[in-house]
Amino acid sequence: MATLFQGLPSSTAFSSSNKFNHVPAPTSFSERKSSIVTVRSDARWSPVLNYATHKPQRLITNAVATKADSSLASTSSKPGHELLLFEALREGLEEEMERDPCVCVMGEDVGHYGGSYKVTKGLATKFGDLRVLDTPIAENSFTGMGIGAAMTGLRPIIEGMNMGFLLLAFNQISNNCGMLHYTSGGQFKIPVVIRGPGGVGRQLGAEHSQRLESYFQSIPGIQMVACSTPYNAKGLMKAAIRSENPVILFEHVLLYNLKDRIPDEEYVLSLEEAEMVRPGEHVTILTYSRMRYHVMQAAKTLVNKGYDPEVIDIRSLKPFDLHTIGKSVKKTHRVLIVEECMRTGGIGASLTAAITENFNDDLDAPIVCLSSQDVPTPYAGTLEEWTVVQPAQIVTAVEQLCQ
Amino acid sequence: MALSRIASSTHASNLLKPLSAALSIRRVISSDSTDPLTIETSLPFISHKCDAPPRAVDTSASELFSFFRDMATMRRMEIAADSLYKAKLIRGFCHLYDGQEAVAIGMEAAITKKDAIITAYRDHCIFIGRGGTLLEVFGELMGRICGGSKGKGGSMHFYRKQTNFFGGHGIVGAQIPLGCGLAFAQRYSKEENVTFTLYGDGAANQGQLFEALNMAALWDLPAILVCENNHYGMGTAEWRAAKNPAYYKRGDYVPGLKVDGMDVLAVKQACKFAKEHALKNGPLILEMDTYRYHGHSMSDPGSTYRTRDEISGVRQERDPIERVRKLLLAHDIASEKELKDIEKQVRKDVDDAIAKAKECPMPDPSELFTNVYVKGLGVESFGADRKEVRATLP
Repeated sequence: MATLFQGLPSSTAFSSSNKFNHVPAPTSFSERKSSIVTVRSDARWSPVLNYATHKPQRLITNAVATKADSSLASTSSKPGHELLLFEALREGLEEEMERDPCVCVMGEDVGHYGGSYKVTKGLATKFGDLRVLDTPIAENSFTGMGIGAAMTGLRPIIEGMNMGFLLLAFNQISNNCGMLHYTSGGQFKIPVVIRGPGGVGRQLGAEHSQRLESYFQSIPGIQMVACSTPYNAKGLMKAAIRSENPVILFEHVLLYNLKDRIPDEEYVLSLEEAEMVRPGEHVTILTYSRMRYHVMQAAKTLVNKGYDPEVIDIRSLKPFDLHTIGKSVKKTHRVLIVEECMRTGGIGASLTAAITENFNDDLDAPIVCLSSQDVPTPYAGTLEEWTVVQPAQIVTAVEQLCQ
Repeated sequence: MALSRIASSTHASNLLKPLSAALSIRRVISSDSTDPLTIETSLPFISHKCDAPPRAVDTSASELFSFFRDMATMRRMEIAADSLYKAKLIRGFCHLYDGQEAVAIGMEAAITKKDAIITAYRDHCIFIGRGGTLLEVFGELMGRICGGSKGKGGSMHFYRKQTNFFGGHGIVGAQIPLGCGLAFAQRYSKEENVTFTLYGDGAANQGQLFEALNMAALWDLPAILVCENNHYGMGTAEWRAAKNPAYYKRGDYVPGLKVDGMDVLAVKQACKFAKEHALKNGPLILEMDTYRYHGHSMSDPGSTYRTRDEISGVRQERDPIERVRKLLLAHDIASEKELKDIEKQVRKDVDDAIAKAKECPMPDPSELFTNVYVKGLGVESFGADRKEVRATLP
């Protein structure tokens, strides 16, 4: 059923879209309209923020969709504390290490040095050298070591200094981490978390700008999540540690210094859920990690031009949250995927296939997927800018999609 | 004395039979006796940066008897697997361990079930040593649900969590870092147990071995790396693959011991020594000089890269089961007939297990999707802690 996309006034039936004319400060990407329903560690439900119900007729399932929060109030009156994304990761890690003595960290320079991105800073002094283990530069072996330790019941968090280095450990991750639960007939579980920064940074060069989610996505038996805000970074870190399955947590080099406010209370997010960043009507934009911010920047322009994009941060790269995505597709009938992976065989390619298979009847137009170029990331700044998707390209794509 | 008795009984007429029967009642040692017996290993240990253990091994009659029975079971099992493979009931890869039984049995005799063992793909006998049943072995090899891994692993993926047997790994050398991880967990939990990480002479040239050895030595992990040197990495002889085939020395700063892997008592002594060493001083390499009669796997005839004379020579001179048989007869712990009876019984047990496994059904198609994730995924979206279903995905 076609609807008019052009020339709609910005004051649509959705009052939530008006909020986006209030431009937040550039450093604090507090576009967080994230899942509010959380489960405390003792499995009691607890609402974390107040719901501001503007439109009660919107039917929200209790799992996934979010309501716009009352972020109109100034940040100082909001509960919680402000921190940077790497500090949020550290908080999550520290809380889990305090809670369970089986949780340990291993990686290069995680102990005495404090982590190359400061995620594990201070943890070695607090928990000791055995729980925050400085390994030699031997990714294949220390990943294997973590997996072997997990077979006995420990819960190691294996840090790759850069996701790209984990290619050396691919055999261990694919064969041992992903498959041992299956080939042993369910005898062993491998509750490891493999985490590290990936993605295109600031002129780091081709080998240090790799996006490994596309290589790992076919491995059966693992789960992949990508964090993008301090809130979901801490929640996903905690969920990943508590998960009995091996989880690969993808962080992004450029997002470590994002500042945001997160709740004081303990919260854990769901590993398989997507996050509704901005509800909308005209087009569903699916994204994750750093591209979320490019999309939100483009969304500002789009709103000014009269479009109403629905932005979903898919967060869970394996498995996809087809429930949230499906609901959105059924509403908007147009899909744009914006990702940082390469075009060939990336997350966007799999997502396109999944949506086409499941929701083909609900689509009014072919799915458009904006990905990085299929090139090694060049060093020159201008060239590097052109390998990843920029907000202007997103705006153009939405305009073309909505014709 | 035993030999002459046998000689006389074979040449004997009926007259001597009651005499030999009478003599056998007054046997010197009974086969259940746990009185200590000290036997010397046939070859000395050769050590690298450590003191070699003594050649005199403490054992007992019942232990030797159990060695014989267990090794005979393993041998019979592997030969039966050979026939099953040729009958196309076992498919894919099947790596047989016959000839190397002494390593599995000797190791088990020296350690407890709380110590961990991890090995590569030649794992059928180690699984048995760790308490696996013949039914589980044949069930898994034939892909039935009564198998150790419910038929989903196959020949290369035997595991037994309750007795700390961690597999069963197909990729050469990948189990070595896992083994160090097991040792790390043992040190982390402050258990007084060790991990035996088995690998072959082919895997001894893998980088991950040295990476793992470095870490194990750095943190004094109770890891014992056991190189089962059967002198051939699939079809390549060790002198063609390794510049330095003295695998027990290749740990450099890690002490090593070279052991006659066909002598079950030597293996037992070495593993006992290794366990004590690892708990105090960190990792150790044991090189077991052993031999496999079959080829690398069932698709390898095993005779293109070595001569049949070599194989039969080893079988005549160094066969582990024959050695124990000779010991049992020499110390008069059992008679020829008893040993033959055991072999018959073992044959029957193996045949029974195969028959039972053949009756077992194949896994149900729904089993395709179980155990991919813990607690089943892809259909339901769980909250964290996996305790509640939040939404059912369309």
